[in-house]
Amino acid sequence: MDDTVHPATLAATPESSRDVTFPITLQLNGKAHPTRVEPWVTLLDLLREEAHLTGTKKGCDHGQCGACTVLLDGKRVNSCLVLAVSADGAEVRTIEGLAGGEEGGELDPLQQAFMDHDAFQCGYCTPGQICSARGLISEGHAKTREEVRELMSGNLCRCGAYTNIADAVMHVLKREGATS
Amino acid sequence: MNRFDYARAHDSAEAVRLGAAAGARFLAGGTNLVDLLKENVERPTSVIDIQRLPCAAIEDIDGGGLRLGALATNADTAYDARVAERYPLLASAILAGASPQLRNRATNGGNLNQRTRCYYFYDTATACNKREPGSGCGALGGVTRIHAILGSSEQCIATHPSDMCVALAALEATVRVEGPDGERTIPFADYHRLPGDDPTRDNTLAAGELVTGIDLPAEDFGTHYTYLKLRDRLSYAFALVSVAVAMKLGADGRIETVRIALGGVAHKPWRVPEAEAALVGATPSHEAFAGAAQRVLQGAVGRGDNEFKIELARRAIVRALQQAADGTPQSQTDKRVA
Repeated sequence: MDDTVHPATLAATPESSRDVTFPITLQLNGKAHPTRVEPWVTLLDLLREEAHLTGTKKGCDHGQCGACTVLLDGKRVNSCLVLAVSADGAEVRTIEGLAGGEEGGELDPLQQAFMDHDAFQCGYCTPGQICSARGLISEGHAKTREEVRELMSGNLCRCGAYTNIADAVMHVLKREGATS
Repeated sequence: MNRFDYARAHDSAEAVRLGAAAGARFLAGGTNLVDLLKENVERPTSVIDIQRLPCAAIEDIDGGGLRLGALATNADTAYDARVAERYPLLASAILAGASPQLRNRATNGGNLNQRTRCYYFYDTATACNKREPGSGCGALGGVTRIHAILGSSEQCIATHPSDMCVALAALEATVRVEGPDGERTIPFADYHRLPGDDPTRDNTLAAGELVTGIDLPAEDFGTHYTYLKLRDRLSYAFALVSVAVAMKLGADGRIETVRIALGGVAHKPWRVPEAEAALVGATPSHEAFAGAAQRVLQGAVGRGDNEFKIELARRAIVRALQQAADGTPQSQTDKRVA
């Protein structure tokens, strides 16, 4: 964005003719995504409403459920609590960007494990669960099932599929932990 | 959410200049501010993005202490090798709070400045002196399960929600701030304030002042410590009562130094120096700890739903002191209280 823009210059512009959008560029699932955003737009709303990446879900919209979890510069965050304008220049990876390559590419091992372990019922929390688990594994602080449960606590599942979610995450954690 | 201007600050001087405008709010991790914007509790005229300020480092300081940058995330702080080794009480308290996603985004400065989670503060349909001075307190006579039992006023019975700050109080950290009148430091005990007759002010920052860092003293309490947090569910919930204990034992097993800080019970982390002083020289025992708990909770008042917190706090203090004395700190993974 234009770093010289700040309220002093904005305030000099009449309210009616003010352009309140800011130019930003996100690296979205590996591709540059240049756009303009109003400062009050959240990253979650930009992903869903503008980029049409509706895999990322809006659950509570208050950082309490984890359904909106994405990887921002490689770290799992609640996209509902990030102002898109403040993420200018960041790399964003969503559930759509976890599978390998183009359409029909290989699934992320976590996606496969969630299916193999029946780690969902309604599936609404699943994209957030999988992005969160991807972040958990790269953080490297969870080794045991107990630690996985604790460090996945930011993702709620109202169907109560936690047991199978923990199984799926443990499956991938053991495999990837052994090879890394 | 109301409409607001947005500006990005590149250094603290620019942030302080932009932050001096009426209705300006600093944006760091945004995990609390963005939520408050959505609730219309915060309605800023401008949001000053300070995420790119160069104060995200964690570095050793002269005299053996550690400086935590205001913009270092809670996760980077808790998992920093120096914090984990020298200040395990702090690492434990941080990991007891929020969720991994929030800790990845939330900053140390933001943790200090987060607002209360009082339901009435959040609900703009109800009265709240903190949100709207003079409107009254919806919590008085309302649902008070999460409210204060110590240091409250007729104006406000909200609690400060942080876990990290409870540990920082016990460690006697110092807050570094920069403002229109330059830089200054604030002892942690003086940083947050009691509501008194002005609950709008959570802390003693002057208008336009920005937190740039937190200094931890050299004294690290690496062995005899604990952070015991009791809440309505095992993870990802605010404390009903939490206790941070930092202790040093002499060669004879007697208590040389002890600090006890409580969370979830007041408008700021709660410490009673007289209660700590009375334990010095004592041999760790249930009786000695029960006496300390009595002193810490002197003047505690319940208001309906939260009356149970007085007894809960009493037992939590005794248990936390025992954990610290034994050198068996509470695990933040296995929540069983040993």
